[in-house]
Amino acid sequence: MSQRNRRGRARADRCIWWLAFLLGLLPLLRWLWLGATGALGFNPTEFLLRSSGTWTLVCLLVTLALTPARHLLGWQGAPRWRGMAGLFTFFYAVLHALAWSFFDHALVLRDMGADILQRPFIAVGVAVFVILLALAATSSKAAMRMLGRQWQRLHRLVYLAGGLAILHFWWHKAGKNDWLEPLLYGGVLVLLLAVRVVVKLRMRWRATHRSSLP
Amino acid sequence: AMQQATLNAALSTDEARTDYDAVTSYNNFYEFGVNKDSPKRQAGALQTRPWTVRVEGEVLKPRTFDIDDLLKLAPMEERIYRLRCVEAWSMVVPWVGYSLSHLLRQVEPTGQAAYVTFETVMQPQAMPGLRYPVLEWPYTEGLRLDEAMHPLTLLAFGLYGKLLPNQNGAPLRLAVPWKYGFKSAKSLVTIRLVRERPMTSWMKSAPHEYGFYANVNPDVAHPRWSQANERRIGEGGLFTPRRNTLPFNGYGEQVASLYQGMDLQANY
Repeated sequence: MSQRNRRGRARADRCIWWLAFLLGLLPLLRWLWLGATGALGFNPTEFLLRSSGTWTLVCLLVTLALTPARHLLGWQGAPRWRGMAGLFTFFYAVLHALAWSFFDHALVLRDMGADILQRPFIAVGVAVFVILLALAATSSKAAMRMLGRQWQRLHRLVYLAGGLAILHFWWHKAGKNDWLEPLLYGGVLVLLLAVRVVVKLRMRWRATHRSSLP
Repeated sequence: AMQQATLNAALSTDEARTDYDAVTSYNNFYEFGVNKDSPKRQAGALQTRPWTVRVEGEVLKPRTFDIDDLLKLAPMEERIYRLRCVEAWSMVVPWVGYSLSHLLRQVEPTGQAAYVTFETVMQPQAMPGLRYPVLEWPYTEGLRLDEAMHPLTLLAFGLYGKLLPNQNGAPLRLAVPWKYGFKSAKSLVTIRLVRERPMTSWMKSAPHEYGFYANVNPDVAHPRWSQANERRIGEGGLFTPRRNTLPFNGYGEQVASLYQGMDLQANY
């Protein structure tokens, strides 16, 4: 590759990175726009609390979809975006947690603690948050090097976070017997997991068959 | 049109009323969908004329009332009530109507009548929510007879001096201000006086979450959220603190005696 080509390639990469970054910020920008135009509805706190929860889940599913996307679509570069998607997941989880602490509890720690202890619905949400916090805190290359093989093990917890997030969402909708959305998001999660299992099994099958060759 | 109503100041709060726009745009009426903007979006097709209400059961004079007769049955009063939703938000609504007791006296309840059930209309072509088994339809609610006869229990025909908009339960609904909002059934077609405590739609759907009494009570939490405080719709900005919820939604002086000696934790 010529130097000019390489420089052009780097610039294109940077452009794409910024585009992806802006894409991730869109939900936040939408809230700011709705807030500025007075369009957050009659219960803005409830809207922001729910919307931030939904976007946390969407980002989490996007993060989990990137590896399957390589296998299914042949998009080799897909897994490179896992870091950014994962950090956006954490970003929206932080906003969701802030909305809960400020809007529901006016940041009164005792109330928040009681809420967590008394309600499995909340406790599960907090568990998801703690997992995402641990993953975000160890998302840097340095942390990856330091943790070595442990890093992968730790980051497999993302599936647990996904499952618990669906449970949290399910409970939230339980009062209205309104299962459509949790089923939809849960279905996507199961599908993404299934793709990984199939890919893994196929790889193992291939490996055993290759080793059995004379 | 709505006839002139006189303010019943003794039974009204002087708190700031929630904007008409919020009262008519943000509410629950599951027959039109489970989202709070569904009722306003979907309720346009509800047929509110002709309309009759059947009052029957343990009464000496069961009768079918035409809505136009009901509108003239007793003098219309304006009552400004707090409304506390079980979802921990609240409003202040100027209802127009008269005490339900006026209607119940017309049919002369027998000595056997102990409870009253209320049924909401089913108009499948106008109510898309009926296609989903979110609740058992028709929407059924109930009160003890003494609760139903209490002067605060309002049969409401209007709000803000106008006839009820469809989404708020046209052409007539209950407003029971010391209970969570779901007790106040909307778009009533049947009122039945019965001997036994009836099962309500919400008790069948989630008995551990919604009891028969459903009196507003800050000390009895919902399994998924606290009932200790509430968000007053339309009040302040994003960081305005929530209000403390009062026992019986602040109507304890008038109604607490109905529950003397009762364990309100068990009878939630």
